[in-house]
Amino acid sequence: MAITATGLRKSYGDHVVLDGLDLRVERGTVFALLGPNGAGKTTTVQILSTLITADGGQARVAGHDLDRDPAGVRAAIGVTGQFSAVDNLLTGEENLRLMADLAHLDRREGRRTTARLLERFDLVEAAKKPASTYSGGMRRRLDLAMTLVGGPRLIFLDEPTTGLDPRSRHTMWEIIRGLVAGGVTIFLTTQYLEEADQLADRIAVLNGGRLVAEGTADELKRLIPGGHVRLRFADAHALDLAAKALGGATRDDASLTLDVPGDGGVHQLRSLLDRLDDASVDVQDLSVHTPDLDDVFFALTTERTAQR
Amino acid sequence: MSTLAIRDTTTMLRRNLRHMQRFPMMSIGTIGMPVMMMLLFVHVFGGSLGAATPGGASYVDYLVPGILVMAVGSGAAWTSININTDMGEGVIARFRTMAISRYSVLTGQALSSLLNTVVSLTVVIGLALLTGFRPAADLRGWLAAAGLLVLLALAFTWLGIALGMGAKTVAGANTSTLPLQFLPFISSAFVPTDSMSSGLAWVAENQPFTPITDTLRGLLVGTPIGNSGYWAVGWCLVITAVGCARARVLYNRDPAR
Repeated sequence: MAITATGLRKSYGDHVVLDGLDLRVERGTVFALLGPNGAGKTTTVQILSTLITADGGQARVAGHDLDRDPAGVRAAIGVTGQFSAVDNLLTGEENLRLMADLAHLDRREGRRTTARLLERFDLVEAAKKPASTYSGGMRRRLDLAMTLVGGPRLIFLDEPTTGLDPRSRHTMWEIIRGLVAGGVTIFLTTQYLEEADQLADRIAVLNGGRLVAEGTADELKRLIPGGHVRLRFADAHALDLAAKALGGATRDDASLTLDVPGDGGVHQLRSLLDRLDDASVDVQDLSVHTPDLDDVFFALTTERTAQR
Repeated sequence: MSTLAIRDTTTMLRRNLRHMQRFPMMSIGTIGMPVMMMLLFVHVFGGSLGAATPGGASYVDYLVPGILVMAVGSGAAWTSININTDMGEGVIARFRTMAISRYSVLTGQALSSLLNTVVSLTVVIGLALLTGFRPAADLRGWLAAAGLLVLLALAFTWLGIALGMGAKTVAGANTSTLPLQFLPFISSAFVPTDSMSSGLAWVAENQPFTPITDTLRGLLVGTPIGNSGYWAVGWCLVITAVGCARARVLYNRDPAR
């Protein structure tokens, strides 16, 4: 296990940010912590990366106890925060050299690592320019490059693509996939479902400081019902006939539609249409709805809000 | 200090020196303040104030030790603003999650501030000599004065770091060091304390700037020091210890969200 945490709690004054959080992240996998703004994602990363201390609970990160051996944790992890942690007054190259010095690499090795990372993150041209002049995507790439200088085996990425344009986001995803291929464990937080779906082996949904669901993207999608085929008819008479022919469907008289539960696969569609043909009903329109992570996310996070 | 701590502190010092090189206006401003004060007091107020200096010594000679103490105070303001700005940068959060010597961020800042103040003091002394400052000190006097100035600079650097880290905003960091820049006026830096009203004179005689200025003046110009020397060194050590301890406590506190 790269991370195990039980009962993590944190509050600021009356405001409870984490309300007993349990996490298990397997080595070599991508784990995504998904949640809306203010769910406690950043706080979780800050605690697990030793930046702040939890009010309660235990955690082992990269084989070291968070309370007893924070130095051991720090030596094994890399963190790329939501707000870029680059030194704006230094150039890209100087930023990387600074990291190499702090990782205690010798001069030659530091220079070699810097050159390699500038190349890999497409920053060679901008290497001599101050980081303050970088675009959002470049800063994020420099930020991640700095994190990699020490060769961490566990990397925390706190909303790595928030605020990036689609092209930069896809570049970032490619980079992250490359890291995973190298055997690195990634703990990712994101508010984008697509990002979690694209990158993560396991997804945990955080809402109001608690985990409300956890599993693979497919498992999460199965959590909520909602797969159906929607049929629309020309008039109420046709709708009546169809409703009789297909038992167990949900009808909506206002929109003249009928929702038939199911996965919307070829078999289901063929049998549906056959039965309607037998009943001599004309279908005006047909659409297939499969639940996506959006449905899961909204279902899980609104439920929680309603409970409050 | 372990070799690791020395190495990380050197790295942080290099980072700060590079910042100063990229953004020199702050450092230049630190030197400007005491120089302006010196010129103002020698050429504008000096004519009248000079009449009050004991033993009819030249006012420049009386004034310069106080200006040097002020220059150190101005360095503390720079330090405070500098560390406050830096602590707000995301890169500091990164340092906190790295396996480096815990306080190297602070010691690196302290060393670069100290260096900045020493450079500023050298320039001020050079300009003072051009303005007519004629110290009577021999080499030993100069070395002792330099030693005291470095000790004072160290004390004010750590105080500046603690104040800057404790402040919520850059403006707050600047305000927090105002006493350091204002207190010299209520000390023996510009006029002898016995020329002040009795309540103020008591404050002046019992605050750190007076024994420090008196000791410096004694070492450079040859006025009597008495037991001011012990008080001066004592104040410096106490301020260093308090500033250092406070800075560590503040650094270990959870960073603001």
